[in-house]
Amino acid sequence: MTNRLAWPVIALAALVLLNQVFRPDFLSLRMQDGHLYGSIIDIMRNGAPTILIALGMTLVIATRGIDLSVGAVVAIAGAASCAYIAASPEPASPVTAGMAVLIAVLAGLLLGVWNGFLVSTVGVQPIIATLVLMTAGRGIAQLITGGQIVSVSNDHYKSIGAGYLFTLPISILITAAVFVLAAVLTRRTALGTLIEAVGINPVASRLAGLRSRNIIWIVYVFSAVCAALAGLMISSNVTAADANNAGLYIEMDAILAVVIGGTSLAGGRYTLAGTVVGAFIIQTLTTTVYTLGIPPEVTLVFKALVVITVCLLQAPKARNLLRSLKAAPQPGTKEKVAI
Amino acid sequence: MNEIVPVVEMTDIAIGFPGVKALDGVNFRLFQGEVHALMGENGAGKSTLIKALTGVYTIDSGTITVLGEHQQFQTPAASQAAGISTVYQEVNLCPNLTVEENVLLGREPRRRGSIDWKSVRSRTREVLAELHLNHVDPGSLLSSHSIAVQQLIAIARSVEINAKVLILDEPTSSLDADEVRQLFRVIRDLRDRGVAILFVSHFLEQVYEISDRMTVLRNGKLVGEYLTRDLSRMGLISKMIGKEMEALAELDQAPARTRARTGSEVTPFVEARGLGRKGSVSKVDLAIYPGEVVGLAGLLGAGRTEIARLFFGADRADEGTIRVKGVSQKIRSPRTAIDKRIGFCSEDRKEEGLIGDLSVRDNLMLAMQASKGWARRIPRRVQDELVAEYIATLDIRPANPDALIRNLSGGNQQKVLLARWLITSPELLILDEPTRGIDIGAKTQIQKLVNKLATEGMSILFISSELEEVLRLSDRVAVIKDREMVAEIKNDDVSVEDVMTVIAGGSQ
Repeated sequence: MTNRLAWPVIALAALVLLNQVFRPDFLSLRMQDGHLYGSIIDIMRNGAPTILIALGMTLVIATRGIDLSVGAVVAIAGAASCAYIAASPEPASPVTAGMAVLIAVLAGLLLGVWNGFLVSTVGVQPIIATLVLMTAGRGIAQLITGGQIVSVSNDHYKSIGAGYLFTLPISILITAAVFVLAAVLTRRTALGTLIEAVGINPVASRLAGLRSRNIIWIVYVFSAVCAALAGLMISSNVTAADANNAGLYIEMDAILAVVIGGTSLAGGRYTLAGTVVGAFIIQTLTTTVYTLGIPPEVTLVFKALVVITVCLLQAPKARNLLRSLKAAPQPGTKEKVAI
Repeated sequence: MNEIVPVVEMTDIAIGFPGVKALDGVNFRLFQGEVHALMGENGAGKSTLIKALTGVYTIDSGTITVLGEHQQFQTPAASQAAGISTVYQEVNLCPNLTVEENVLLGREPRRRGSIDWKSVRSRTREVLAELHLNHVDPGSLLSSHSIAVQQLIAIARSVEINAKVLILDEPTSSLDADEVRQLFRVIRDLRDRGVAILFVSHFLEQVYEISDRMTVLRNGKLVGEYLTRDLSRMGLISKMIGKEMEALAELDQAPARTRARTGSEVTPFVEARGLGRKGSVSKVDLAIYPGEVVGLAGLLGAGRTEIARLFFGADRADEGTIRVKGVSQKIRSPRTAIDKRIGFCSEDRKEEGLIGDLSVRDNLMLAMQASKGWARRIPRRVQDELVAEYIATLDIRPANPDALIRNLSGGNQQKVLLARWLITSPELLILDEPTRGIDIGAKTQIQKLVNKLATEGMSILFISSELEEVLRLSDRVAVIKDREMVAEIKNDDVSVEDVMTVIAGGSQ
């Protein structure tokens, strides 16, 4: 575990250091009106939806699956909750906000059941099964919002994405809670091991008596619920539901976070902590781009370079190559072996 | 016959994969107008030899001569261009195209640049007629025909390209008796027309019916080339299995167990009647009593593993019945079997047993944890006790529960898989090749364990390619041949030769 986390952590530390060099106040935190402010807090807050979705994605990927529909689920969850608030007789009441949250989570649950059904029972390949919802989902979201951007004004709802509790942004607290919950759920029960078993060798798992169908169902439901929570955060932060753009391409960032964090797309062993670090790397990169004043047209290329470097550092082949490069320029230290 | 130049001559062929010599110094000759059977157990190198000839694998050393020309096939296309055509067990045509499109795929007659469908149809008709397939509509979809007809259409394709060499790899494995007869008629026709046919099959009787000569391989090495009429079934089997059997029998013997008494008043733990599955095995009548070891004997590929899988629910039986403790049961999945206290160690450790990236502990606990469900995790303390106990009893090395199982040796991996089932205290344990590919020490330990478990009352279905091992451990031996159970022998002073006679016998 520690070993697998090493490279992502080093990469993150290097990025933070780089920022600190260019902007000495990067790591500093300050208290204002009982709220913590600082670049680190910003990174965590802006990264919260990606982290949430990446946590769900990690478990899906561990079973050899993938969930492309998370962006669409974000849109549907936001659309459903905002549409509910906008249509309710008391659009500003806390009860309405609570109901909106409930509706979004239920929507996520339902969509996760649908994905899980397609993958585990019908036997559709995960990438295709979730592509269905990825495409159809935005359409559903638009149907809910009637093609409009639905704005709401409910302070309770707004606090999910923009509020503070115990000096910290609520979105960070929610994400931290989900992380702890996922970690406890998978490691205190046998779920984590069984997820890995299904991902590593589905045939052997079946012969050992494992009901992989249930396991696969659980991870897709978890992934969709995470996406729904992220959808709540995103829509509440801007107090509006944008069916077209909410959570657009967030599945890509989430998958990237999982991979950078050290979980293989081939399934099997996963690390939730690694995924969180991976998501932080992605988010810190975005900040770094601004800190360094990199021109916007170079931004994506810069991001790509960093991501490729981190991925290469984790690949055993690339690491061996590095090692041999290091070992090579020392002629004479080793005796030549005749073959 | 020696003056005739062979159509195919392969000399001193060697092919190696990392860690394995798949073929080593193999010679092979195929003559015009003969049906030549390539014989050997699974893993003997038959497929590798065929793949060398069809250009799927590139040979490491040796020479291949086809029709007098020296060849270095780099691709399947090169082999086909040289006149070699292959029909595989799984028909490799396009099911969504029509029969005529399949027969002429890539070689459609053209007129002014576009396909001349009229000649496509007439040409296909001609070829089909040659194979007595007049009833097949050239315009029908390939997938609308039975596997047997599809296979014949694949052969039609090779007739159309005027192949000099036709390779049939397990063509009969999914055909019924009538379909086999139809196929053999076509094979004989082609042979009489001068096509050289290489025939691979696990079915001994079919080989004796159709082939003129045979080449026997064992462990990647050539055993010899024989005229079919000169080699008895017994002779063939002992050549396929190898003579070192006698030597193996001398090795550290597990002590003979007092044989279980199976009176008629005892209910068998499990009893199968007419058990079978289409395309797999049929007519399995087998009862296993508590405290009894029943061995399955038969050549590799005869259907032993298939029977084990039916008992465990890894494949679903579609005929016959299974009774567990006298009560009729449907075993639909491994999970149902496990609930009935049945365990199964697959012969394919890597693909069907190990969860490679998990630890010894997780692998050991997997079956028990799976039956408890994910929510009720077995407490770490209980895990530690069980794992420590089984690592000690089975002498698993390294004795480190947190080692990744893929880093253990084959013998130790096998012990972990055994322990995975022992922890669930099954009443029937099915062991498919539990001692294959493991060192002699671990092998003896496993044999002794089987003895001990049976003495303690467990029923065991024991499958092994080594007849001595089967005879040493079993109370009774069920003989499997050509995917059917052909005999059941009570094991009192039965010799290896006796069992081989049964395997070879039948239609003699």
